[in-house]
This record gives sequence, structure tokens and C-alpha cells, in this order.
Amino acid sequence: MINRPLIEFRRVDKAFQVDSGLRPAVEAIDLQVAPAEIVTLVGPSGCGKSTLLNLTAGLFAPSKGDVLYGGSPVAGLNLKVGYMTQQDHLLPWRSVLDNIALPLEIRGLDRRAREQRARELVALVGLEGFESYYPSQVSGGMRKRCALARLLAQDPETLLMDEPFGALDAQLRLALQIELLRLVRALGKTVLFVTHDLDEAIALADRCAVFAGRPGTIVSTLDVALGRERDLLGLRLDPRYVELTQQLWRLMAPSLKAQGHSPSGAGVPR
Amino acid sequence: MKPQTRRLYFYRALLVIAVVALWQFVSGRWVNPLFISSPSAVFDRLVAFLAGGKLAFHASYTALHAVAGFALGALLGVAVGILLGRLHRLALLLDPFLMGFYSLPKIALAPLFILWFGVGTEMKVLFVAMIVFLLVFLNTYTGVRQVSREQVTILRLMGARESQILRKVVFPSAITWMFTGLRLSVPYALIGAIMGEMLASNRGLGYIVADATAQFDTAGAFAGLTAIIVMAVVLNATVRWAEQRAMPWRQAESDRELSL
Repeated sequence: MINRPLIEFRRVDKAFQVDSGLRPAVEAIDLQVAPAEIVTLVGPSGCGKSTLLNLTAGLFAPSKGDVLYGGSPVAGLNLKVGYMTQQDHLLPWRSVLDNIALPLEIRGLDRRAREQRARELVALVGLEGFESYYPSQVSGGMRKRCALARLLAQDPETLLMDEPFGALDAQLRLALQIELLRLVRALGKTVLFVTHDLDEAIALADRCAVFAGRPGTIVSTLDVALGRERDLLGLRLDPRYVELTQQLWRLMAPSLKAQGHSPSGAGVPR
Repeated sequence: MKPQTRRLYFYRALLVIAVVALWQFVSGRWVNPLFISSPSAVFDRLVAFLAGGKLAFHASYTALHAVAGFALGALLGVAVGILLGRLHRLALLLDPFLMGFYSLPKIALAPLFILWFGVGTEMKVLFVAMIVFLLVFLNTYTGVRQVSREQVTILRLMGARESQILRKVVFPSAITWMFTGLRLSVPYALIGAIMGEMLASNRGLGYIVADATAQFDTAGAFAGLTAIIVMAVVLNATVRWAEQRAMPWRQAESDRELSL
């Protein structure tokens, strides 16, 4: 199904220098991501999912193997990607509007073009009326919307998302997932999305890479054939979705058991 | 004004009145006025100082020493703080020396400053500047070092140049610390100015206090102290005002309802 991958990991190992020597984070990673594909990385925390995002962004180089972006090895910061993490990293001294306009300023757009584009994005993520508020004055959900709008202002080819909706309540999370999916599909973005939430991993994904172990590796990849346009609200009732989450659960259970965790998590089908 | 705030001001005024009344009462009755003077005598002396232009003359010198020194020290402190904050290796090299210098009681340098710069205005301004510089420098430096690396990386991924990162992240996030340094510096700037004036001068509020005390003119000394307090309050308020103007988002944070 993949003809020419946008992101490609070839037998990638990454170890970090710590006091006691080298601590491996991920091992033997093979993964290909096609343009405009959404791949979710799911697995217990501490198994190196975020390391893959950092490698894609070029924050550090792999210890072994190759990380390719657009066919050539990632060397130095990869300006084709944008990041969104659980901490939204908004600038507290800038208003919502000015935070969204930040990437436009950096790109050197003039004031009027900036303002116009930022207002479009405010409308797109539903933050009208809050343009002049400081991040500390708005709710957690609004901060996420603001960070998402900023990411869209940056307009990178690939979105790297590291549990961006981690700290939100279920309703808000669903609302933002719907929003994200709609925007990503409309704009044809490629997405690498880290999560430990099984529902999220299936609901958003075209494909889902299952991580396990320490150092982490991809133990399995799941094709999520739920269609590119999907109704996240109705998804839960879709038998294919139920089947897929069950499948994912079976894939993840052994690694959880091995770690001595009892199975937990939202919406686990029996 | 909120009712609680009004009540607070009322009680504060009450406290001042009570202390002044007590002072007036014990002076001459229980305690020799030579030591503590009395509020009425201090008030008379202040009025006389004001009327004769003596207060304005000396206060303007103290203000000049403190404010010029403060401005010079703050400017250098911010500049060097940002520079060393960005040049990590140089900062590492200089760290122990700067800390050693910081630990030195700066007053001990006053005689040397007199030797180097004489007994005029330059000496006081430079002495104040040196004290303020260290405080502002250290705080600004810490502020620059504390800038979130994630934040900087996210901007780099947006394609930001070094100068943009400096302008858009490093400087604003260091401002908080910078102002902490500035606020801490106000009393030290005054200490420096007054100290310099006491040691070597015939001008300034420090000179008034030293001179009056030497002549057992306690009322004159208290009048000088009162003027110094007023000046300190004004300088503090100015820095706070500037802080609020420079960082409106901080006001927004403190106005927010507390939530956990």
C-alpha cells in the first residue's frame, strides 16, 4: 500500500548516554509512513514512542540505522515537521491571537497578512472571543485549541503529536480528536501520533504501531481500515472498531502482563 | 476600592497614628529627647528643611546618585546577563569568580572607590552601579538559563533564527527574573548612595543624617531618615509600576481565581 514513504525508519536503534553508560531507548525499529497517512504509536509509557518523534524532528541522530524523511536522511533539525506535546508550550506573555501568529511572524509575514491568517485559524479552532486573552486566563481545552491553531499556522508537512490530548476529559478529547481528524484530512497532513490510549490509537489511525518492551520496539502493526473520513461519534458502535480495539488489546496485554500491570484503561472491550 | 482593602488602609493609618502618638508621649517624659527627638520636632525640622530648600537640594543629589547608578548598573546587568546566559562556556569559566565577587560585602569596596573615583558624584554613581549590576546580572543570567529548552526547540522547528529566539522567547521569559533583580536592587541602590554620602560628601540625604547626628541634632537625623524612606517608597513604586506595564500577563495571572 505504501509506494513512496515520507518517513522511514530502517533498523533504527537509539541509546542515550547516562552516567552508568548507554541506556537503550528503542531497538530495531522498522516503520514506513506514507504521505497523508496517520500512524499512531501506542504502548505503555517508557518504551520509546516519543523517541521516534524526536528522531523524525532531528533533535538527535539514531545510534544505528537510518531515519529518512522525504527519501533523504534526517540531518539536523527537520523543518518539515511541527510538534505538539502534552504541555502546550504556549508563550505566557502573548495573547491567544499572538501565540497563533508566532509562526507567521517567524516566517516574516507582514502584520496585516499575519492578523488575517491568525483570525482565520482562531475561527477554525473555535476560539472566537478569546483572541486577546492570555493563556493563563483560558481553560486547558482552549489552550490545546490554541496550540493546535499555532501548529496549523506553522503549516508543517508532518505533525508530530505526543499525547497532545493526554490531560483532557473524555468529552473534550473527543471534540478535539474530531477537529484534528477533519483538519488533517482536509489539509492532507501526515501525522505521527503517540498515545497510550487504545481508543485514541484506533480512532485516529490509518495504521497503528504497537510498542512493547524496554528498550522499546514495534511488536506489531495494525491496519485500521475504517476509512479516511470517519464519524468518531458513531465509531464506538461500529463492529469493525470493536474488533480492532479487541485486537489491539490482545496485542498489548502480554507486554502489560510481563510488566506486572493488571489490565486497565478506558473502554476495554471484554 | 474593595471594602477589605479600605479597612486594611484604615487599620494601617490607625497603626501609624498610634505609634506617632506613643513616640510623642514618651519623648521628654520617659526618654531623653536627645536620643529619640519627638514627632513634632521632626515635623518642624522637615518643614524648615523644605522651606529653606535644603531638603530639595540634598534629596536631588541622593536621587541622582541612586537613580543614575541604578540605571547604569541595571543596563549593564541585563546586557551581561543575557550575553553570559547565551555563552554557556564563558559563564562556566567565570562562575566561581562571579560568585566570589557576589559574596563580598560591597561596602568593603567603598574606600577603594573613593581612592579611584574621588569624593564626587562619579564615585557614588559608580558605587551604586556596581552593587545594582551584580544583583541584576545574576537574576537576568538565571532567567536566561531557565528558558525552557522545549520552548526554544519548538521555535527552532518553526524555522526561527537565533535573533528571533532571543527576541521572542529568551528576552520575555528573562524579564520576570530581570525585574526580580531590579526590585531587589532598589534598597541596595539607596544603601550604596547613602553610604557613599556618609563616607565622603557634603551633599545628599546620607550627609544630612551623618552631619545632624554628629551634632547631636536628633530631629535633623530623623528628618533625613524620613526623607530617605519617602524616596525609597517612591523608587519601589516606580519599579513595580514599570514591572506591571512590562508584564501585563503577570497581572492576568495574579488576578485569576485560585484553582488547583
